[in-house]
Amino acid sequence: MDYELNVVMLACVNMIAVLGLAVFTGFTGLFSLGHAAFVGIGAYTSGVLTYHWDVPFFFALTAGTAAAGLSSLVIGIPTLRAKLRSDYFAIAILGFGEALRVCLENLSVTNGARGLSVSELSGPGWIVGTLILSLLVTRNFLKSRFGALFVAIREDPTAAEMAGIDLFRMRLLSLAVSAALCGASGALLAHRLAFIQPVMFTLTQSTQLLASVIAGGIGSISGPVIVAFVFTALPEMLRSLDMWRLPAYGLLLVLIMIFRPQGLLGYRELPDLFRRRQ
Amino acid sequence: MQTLVTGLSVGGIYSLMAVGYSLIFSILSFSNFAHGAVIMLGAYIGLALATRLHWGLGLVVAGSVVGAGIISVFNERVAYAALRRRRAPSLFLMISAMGCSVFLENTVYATIGSRFFAFPEFFRREVVSLWGSSLSLLDLFAFTVSVGAIFALHLFITKTKTGIAIRAGVNDMTMCSLMGVNTDRLISIVFFLAGAFAGVAGVFLGIKYLVYPTMGWVTNKAYIAAVIGGLGSLPGALAGGLILGVLETLVSTYLSSVLRDVFSFTMLIALLIWLPNGLMGRETEEKI
Repeated sequence: MDYELNVVMLACVNMIAVLGLAVFTGFTGLFSLGHAAFVGIGAYTSGVLTYHWDVPFFFALTAGTAAAGLSSLVIGIPTLRAKLRSDYFAIAILGFGEALRVCLENLSVTNGARGLSVSELSGPGWIVGTLILSLLVTRNFLKSRFGALFVAIREDPTAAEMAGIDLFRMRLLSLAVSAALCGASGALLAHRLAFIQPVMFTLTQSTQLLASVIAGGIGSISGPVIVAFVFTALPEMLRSLDMWRLPAYGLLLVLIMIFRPQGLLGYRELPDLFRRRQ
Repeated sequence: MQTLVTGLSVGGIYSLMAVGYSLIFSILSFSNFAHGAVIMLGAYIGLALATRLHWGLGLVVAGSVVGAGIISVFNERVAYAALRRRRAPSLFLMISAMGCSVFLENTVYATIGSRFFAFPEFFRREVVSLWGSSLSLLDLFAFTVSVGAIFALHLFITKTKTGIAIRAGVNDMTMCSLMGVNTDRLISIVFFLAGAFAGVAGVFLGIKYLVYPTMGWVTNKAYIAAVIGGLGSLPGALAGGLILGVLETLVSTYLSSVLRDVFSFTMLIALLIWLPNGLMGRETEEKI
C-alpha cells in the first residue's frame, strides 16, 4: 500500500508541473524545452531553506513557487521582448536550463552534483491540497480575461497584437504562472523524495513534461493532467521495461504529431465529453 | 596562438554539424533537433565498421556518410513527410524532431547500452608544430576535411542543376514544384546531404573523444554555431563554427572550463536577441 501511495503521490506532483506547462504551451502556444529548470529552482529553493535554516514547509513551498516564478522573468524578459521565433525561444530556454544545472552543480549551498538530502516533509495532504488548489486557480485563471487573451495570442499573434493585446506582457505573465506552478511541484517533489540532485532537472524531464502536454492535448487542462498521471504511474507498474520508457515517449511524440496532432483532448476538457453525450 | 589553433580544430567539427542544421533549416524552416541523434548513429556505424570489419579511416568515413545519410532520409520520410504535406506548423515538425531524437538516443541506450567506446587509433599520437603551437595529426586532418567538405558542398549548391533546384526550393517551395521540380526528391537529397555531414562529424567526434548514446548533445553547440552564422547560410555555418570553437577555447583557457557551456548558451541568448538573423542569415519572417 505504501508503494502504491508513493506512486500516486509522485504522479500528483508531476501533474502540477504538467499543469504549469499546459498553461504555457497549450494555451499561449509557446514551446519550452526548459521547464524542468523551474521545477529545479522550486526544489532547490525550498530544499536549501529547510535544510540549512529549518524553515517551516509552508514557507519553503511558497518561497520555491515564488523563486521559480521570479526566475522565469530572468529568461522571459529578454527573450519574449525580442519576440524570438518559436524554435529560437525553445533553444534559449533550453540554454537557460543547462546554465542552471551547471550553476547548481558548482554551488556549495546546493551541495553540488552530489545532491541535497532534505527531510521528508510533504505528506499526501500537502500534495493533494496543492494539486487541487493549483487546478482551481489555473481553471479560473484560464476562464478569466487572461485565458481568452492567451488563446488569442496562440491562434494568431499578429491579429492579437493588432487587436491591442500586449504580446510581451501576456506571454511573460503566462510564463511566470507556468513557472510558479512548476516551482510548487519542485518543492513538493524535493520534500517527497527527500533527495534532490541537479541531474533530476534536465532536458529528459523537460521532454517528459512536454510529451505529457502534447499527448494530453493543446488547449486543454484535463487532458495533459490525465496523461501526466498515466505517464508517471504506468512506467512504475512496468518496472522491467524501464529502459524502453524514453524510446516510447519519443515514438509517442512522433506518432501523435503524425496521426493526432490535437492529442488526447485537444481544445476540450473532460466535462465537455460528458456534456456532449447527453 | 595555441588557443587559437585548438579553437579552430574544435570549430571545424562544429561547422560540419552546423552545416547539417542549416541545410535543413533553409529548406523546411524548422530546427531539426534529431540531427544530434543522426550524428550519434553515424559515429556508431563508423565504430562498427572500424572495430568489426577493421576498415581503414577512408572507408569508415565513407560508410558512415552513406549510413547516416540513409538514416537521415528515412527519418524525414517517417517523421516529417506527413506533416510537411499537411503543411503543419513548424512547431509540430519540431516536436516530431524532438521525439525522434529522444527515441533514437534512448533506443541505442536500451540496446547497445551506455558504455563508452573508443575508436581504434587511426593516427599516431604525433604532433605537428604550426607557427610555434602544437597540433595533433587528427585535428589537422579533421579541420582540413571539414573545410574541404563544406567547400565541396558550396560548389554543389551553386554549380550543379540539383544545387540550383535546392536554392530555388529554399526561396519558394510551391513555385519550385510548379516549375517541375520533384520536391519530395529534393527534400530527400537535402536530408541525405545533412546526414552525410552528420556522419563525418560523428566519426571525427568519436575519434577525438568517445562514442556514447548522448554524444549527440554536442549538437547544441552546433546549433549555436549555426545561429551565430545565421541559420540557412552555409558560409555562415562555417564561420559560426570556427568563431564558437575559438571563443569557447578562450573561455575555458582563461576563465574556467566549467563556465564554458554557460558562456555558450549565454552567448546564444544574447545573439538571438540582438542579432536574430546571425552574421550571414537572411531575413526571417516568422516571429512569434
